[in-house]
Amino acid sequence: MAHLAVRQLTLSHFRSHKRAVIETDGRPIAIYGPNGAGKTNILEAISMLSPGRGLRRAKTAELARVPETVGWKVSAILESLGHTHELETSFTGDGSRTVLIDGKAAPQIALGRLARVVWLVPVMDRLWVEGADGRRRFLDRLAMSFEPSHGEQTLVYERSMRERNRMLKDGITDPSWYGAVESQMADAGAMIAQNRLQTIARISAAQAIATTSFPAASLTLVNADNSEIIETADQLRDAFADGRRRDMQAGRTLVGPHRDDLNAIYATKDVPAAQCSTGEQKALLVSLILSNARALAQDFGAAPIILLDEVGAHLDADRRAALYDEICALGAQAWMTGTGAELFDSLGNRAKYLMVDDGATSAIHPIP
Amino acid sequence: MNSNNKDIDILIQLMAKLPGLGPRSARRAVLHLIKKRDILLSPLADSLFTVAQTARECVTCGNIGTMDQCDVCADPRRAIGQICVVEDVSDLWAMERAAVFKGRYHVLGGVLSALDGVGPEELRIPNLVSRVGDENITEVILALNATVDGQTTAHYIADQLEDMGVSVTSLAQGVPIGGELDYLDDGTITAALNARKAV
Repeated sequence: MAHLAVRQLTLSHFRSHKRAVIETDGRPIAIYGPNGAGKTNILEAISMLSPGRGLRRAKTAELARVPETVGWKVSAILESLGHTHELETSFTGDGSRTVLIDGKAAPQIALGRLARVVWLVPVMDRLWVEGADGRRRFLDRLAMSFEPSHGEQTLVYERSMRERNRMLKDGITDPSWYGAVESQMADAGAMIAQNRLQTIARISAAQAIATTSFPAASLTLVNADNSEIIETADQLRDAFADGRRRDMQAGRTLVGPHRDDLNAIYATKDVPAAQCSTGEQKALLVSLILSNARALAQDFGAAPIILLDEVGAHLDADRRAALYDEICALGAQAWMTGTGAELFDSLGNRAKYLMVDDGATSAIHPIP
Repeated sequence: MNSNNKDIDILIQLMAKLPGLGPRSARRAVLHLIKKRDILLSPLADSLFTVAQTARECVTCGNIGTMDQCDVCADPRRAIGQICVVEDVSDLWAMERAAVFKGRYHVLGGVLSALDGVGPEELRIPNLVSRVGDENITEVILALNATVDGQTTAHYIADQLEDMGVSVTSLAQGVPIGGELDYLDDGTITAALNARKAV
């Protein structure tokens, strides 16, 4: 039985769903239906119960159902470590999305302390071969599951860096002004670097002791120019100050945690993840998600809610069966999608099944 | 738009631009004013005209008043060697409502923001540095918002005053009165814990 689980999910005018209410019973949820039926939209709605832009990184207004475009609302009853919370997030057409926790207005960041949510979506299948941005976001999502304030530090850092980049482009030379902005960047940047390193250490430790069918990855945090990761605020302050002339020529900040990258080696083969087969790359990602869940279960007392979109893609039947076994053993509430029910055959009655119609309203049918 | 109502429509449109009012509430307010023409509308019009003629920024601190120097700056009892630095006049008025601070103020008129094109010269920071030197100031209290830009501005001011022999402090951050710990973010709880005091 999951210690962290959405017990009831209600979607209102969210993407293709005019109104949908999904009751769960603690088992993983397998959602199937044809392409375009609205399966991923359900996962996206759950991802909006955590801070940020959700698993598609969509703009808030884009989530509203067309043609109504009256805004949208996602509400949920969340069970977290024996406590029940009512979560609601909505958008009414202007401003940013609002969050209510147990009926009281709360900042988005407060969601992260209650609903730890991680996800794998098909676009991440190329995570290891594409740019560092995606890998940083993936690592930051895992870091936020351990340390919810990581998201806040990231916002402070990015905001300060945009300020500094504007100053560099505008040719501002006032050292006091730079010092003030860089001080903010350094304090937040050091926290970001430390959170990322701790996340890698926790996941590596969880991998080391796990009995799993998925490959272990040797993870390291590297930066763009292969120099050492800067971990302390003082070092970052010095690095920013020393780099002003160079950064002014480039028109942007060239040092800091925004340049760091997650490096992964397929451990048993000693091959970089980017050079592995598509299936192996997917298996590595699944392995990291499962390790994150194990570590979080130990630290937080509950595995995160795991969203796995098109989970069957690139995984053979044995690997799929192993994944389902490990999710059930972890006691994690996983929400998984696939085009056909046969993709979930090996789950048997260990999951709750939902079939989503390909239609204008994305009707959801619980399968007994 | 009905041409017979043109003047009223203009008034509604102007009212709708006020903070806290939208088109609907502006219509209600204007209708209310017209119904109370003698006791509300005419005095309001007179008052608006007068304030439009007399309102000005205090040459010393940036507060809004009707004289060159605001009441706070003109009061010799407020010269106690403390200046409270605020972002906006509304912050100054909020501090005055609390009636706790007995010193003088300095209104910056914004916060540093390169993205919005607001640098030190656009704010009243050079005036603040001059005042600290001229008015025998012993403490500058930074009452700026706990936002990224607010804290950047606080760092900048502290740096500018570093060699002037003045104590630079900032308002405490922590649990608001009536607040519940359960709903505070981690940063606020950390700040509150670090600023704890003996009971």
